[in-house]
Amino acid sequence: MAVVVGFIAAIAFQAAANLRARGIASGFDFLDRTAGFEIARGPIDFSSRDTYARALFVGSINTFRVSLLGIALATALGVVLGVARLSSVWVIAAIAKGYLEVMRNTPLLLQLLFWYSLWQTLPAPPDALTPLPGVFLCFRGLFVPSPVWQTDYPWISIERPALAGFGFQGGASVSPEFAALLAGLTMYTAALIGEIVRGGILAVDKGQSEAAAALGLSRIRILRHVVLPQALRIIIPPTASQFLNLVKNSTLAVAIGYPDLISITNTTLNQTGQAIEAIGLAMAVYLAVSVSLSLAMNAYNAAILRRGERTT
Amino acid sequence: MTALARLATLFRRAPMFRDRSNAIATALLGIAIAYAGFRFVEWGIVNAIWSLPQEAGSQACRATRGQGACWAVIAERFRFIVCGAYPFDQQWRPACACLLFLVLYVASTIRTLWNWRLLALWIALPAAAVTLLRGGLFGISYVPSEFWGGLPLTFLLSTVGFAAAFPFAVALALGRRAELPAVKGVCIAYIELVRGIPLVTFLFMASVMFPLFVPQGVTIDKLLRAQIAIVLVIAAYVAEVLRGGLQAVPKAQYEAAASIGLSYWPSTMLIVLPQALRVSIPALVNTFIAFFKDTSLVIAIGLFDLLGAAKAVIVDAKWVGFGVEVYLFTALVYFVFCYGVSQYSRTLEISKTL
Repeated sequence: MAVVVGFIAAIAFQAAANLRARGIASGFDFLDRTAGFEIARGPIDFSSRDTYARALFVGSINTFRVSLLGIALATALGVVLGVARLSSVWVIAAIAKGYLEVMRNTPLLLQLLFWYSLWQTLPAPPDALTPLPGVFLCFRGLFVPSPVWQTDYPWISIERPALAGFGFQGGASVSPEFAALLAGLTMYTAALIGEIVRGGILAVDKGQSEAAAALGLSRIRILRHVVLPQALRIIIPPTASQFLNLVKNSTLAVAIGYPDLISITNTTLNQTGQAIEAIGLAMAVYLAVSVSLSLAMNAYNAAILRRGERTT
Repeated sequence: MTALARLATLFRRAPMFRDRSNAIATALLGIAIAYAGFRFVEWGIVNAIWSLPQEAGSQACRATRGQGACWAVIAERFRFIVCGAYPFDQQWRPACACLLFLVLYVASTIRTLWNWRLLALWIALPAAAVTLLRGGLFGISYVPSEFWGGLPLTFLLSTVGFAAAFPFAVALALGRRAELPAVKGVCIAYIELVRGIPLVTFLFMASVMFPLFVPQGVTIDKLLRAQIAIVLVIAAYVAEVLRGGLQAVPKAQYEAAASIGLSYWPSTMLIVLPQALRVSIPALVNTFIAFFKDTSLVIAIGLFDLLGAAKAVIVDAKWVGFGVEVYLFTALVYFVFCYGVSQYSRTLEISKTL
């Protein structure tokens, strides 16, 4: 114990000496300074005149946004994949198996870069694809009409994106970085959740579904009312850790230039030199997310277990 | 029975035509898959450009964008993707280093070597590979680590990472079960902290924070710093795997060891750990695959492993925009390796003789 404490003290002392020698300030004063860099348009406005604190906040929001959407989509797709893996239809089970193997045996970062590259092969804004009227798909992003609130009747109007300069103006947009990150995280995590769902369903005693079939329930209803509720107890704990992994994996955004917390932390520490504080803040945020998510999942898990006990 | 009738029976017994719902689904999905497959073959083989004349630009490829793949980028940049920026005339060395790693992986599957010999191999072969890459000995020239890249770097980061993390992980796993609250607390805190923080954060720490913690004038190269970060992270994950293995050793084994008078260390080293390690092997192989893929994150701090080299290819003005081809090729390399290893891990899980 004394050795560990002594070692940490020596390192801290050395770091303080190095920081002095290099003229790097310490403390969190830098948070109130002007950031001086731009962040791609997101849910919160940001300009280069805003502070580092706001930049890091925007980064956190971007991380949460892609993580929460990814978790929702990956869960939905994962359940479908898990059921598909057990389908009595051979082709469906085979497709789900093939999908899983590709997702599981290539690096997630490679998948992100691939989706991003694929998006880059889309046409330029003037030749944008229009799958639906008012919807434009080009290498700069996906542009869709969005509702705009107004002060007078009819209070709401639809704003359509229009070609302007090098891109589209108006409406709502999805950036290629966000789309690639979301697609990559969702498809990868869904494959892993699918395996968990499959394992959970297989773990439910066969007698349960046979008994339900004897009562005359259809296959879908057996799955919905008998098998899945029981499988859920087995599925939840490992799925919770997949959710945590998804949040951690969202840091791969840095490789394709999506302004998540890590990429903004990186810019901040490069500009201010205050690596210890910046990385410390980012770590604290990820730890807080990890801890709160696992607490929430534990509580949900406990509730499911209690409900199970009541009914049996 | 005529040949036709036999074929019909075979057809009816095939899993995709077992019953009516299977046959309908096979027919419908079969059409969709056949169409997608046809389009892919058309793009990837029929209309593809496999090579370009020397010194020619990529105009020919750009003209067929959307209709055909441009595999010429792989043909031209193959050596760069596989060996990175390693000096061209010395590239037999990374090739041999890759071979050494492959020998190591194959040797690891031979069960008669599952004892101290395997341990010796996991130390000797990576050391030989590093020496080969580094040079400066036996008359081969010295190549600094910033020129190392491509496939050998991917092998190196994951294999050395795993080998070096292992003793640390064993200590953490045993420490987690220790009776001393201080030891137990430190081990749990380390494992949980590291597993709760993204790997990229550790790589950034190694890249920008580490120099602040060592005396001025001391420089440790970037690759070694990244390697240390990877070792520290792998150790936490492997410790969790080993914890499972330790829990799987029946209590009677501990009691039997105690009853013949063995104290903690002999009973741990001779009785408990060997059994725990054997049980953990499939999970360890899976962890290895996970980190084999995850070492690609070193891109974030500017190292060029297999994926990093691939990414660097399309930065070149000539090949900008051919990411799909380059990444498909890289994905194939990763897939062949990871799928092979994971299938091996499956056979281990199924076999009862571990």
